[in-house]
Amino acid sequence: MQLEYFRMIDRVVSVDAETIVAEAVVPEASPVFEGHFPGHPLVPGVLLLETMAQAAGYLLLARLGFARMAFLIGSRELKLRRFVRPGERLSVTARLVHEGSGYAVADAAITGADNRICEVREMKFSLQDFPAPALAEAMRAQAARIGLGA
Amino acid sequence: MASAFDRVADIIAETSDVPRETIRPESHVIEDLGIDSLDFLDIVFAIDKDFGIKVPVETWTQEVNSGAAPASRYFVMENLAKRIEELVAAKSGG
Repeated sequence: MQLEYFRMIDRVVSVDAETIVAEAVVPEASPVFEGHFPGHPLVPGVLLLETMAQAAGYLLLARLGFARMAFLIGSRELKLRRFVRPGERLSVTARLVHEGSGYAVADAAITGADNRICEVREMKFSLQDFPAPALAEAMRAQAARIGLGA
Repeated sequence: MASAFDRVADIIAETSDVPRETIRPESHVIEDLGIDSLDFLDIVFAIDKDFGIKVPVETWTQEVNSGAAPASRYFVMENLAKRIEELVAAKSGG
């Protein structure tokens, strides 16, 4: 993970039409930890949500053949069960719940070595044409970096 | 089985802050009920699940934006219910 660059996913472990499993390793040091929190570094909950959203986003990108972008527009329920500290290895799973016309819905969760860390129900994504060619190119490059074929 | 209109009206009331009794056949979902695009997607998701269909919102929006169809064809409650009935019938081969 490169928290300050919002690169949350390090590697895709497996992916099929409806489920993705990915890995993310929390860095030992990051400017994020200087503020969150001094003397008690924790991955912010919003970045755990972002990590789950990115896993679901990559699932949708693969599903859509990288023809459209998935933008997070909402979620039903988020549970943050425990703190996540520097150096932790995370397993991120996202599962497609529904693909509608111009939108998709996914559930996702993060687990640690042997226990649940957090989960989110019914993340909703707006599926849109890429607003800029540079973004499409960047998403393909990011996908290739984490082992997701574009 | 409740009518498509009643089921959609129930979904809108449960999904948004719109009181059920204010939702009438002639109500325009956006102009009269004040549903915005984000709430409308929640409603469409609930309709997709409840009716087992895929409401073609993108196609409808393109038709309205291009002038090919009036917004009332899709966004006035009684017409929305008809469109959903048509989608259900098409899916079941009827």
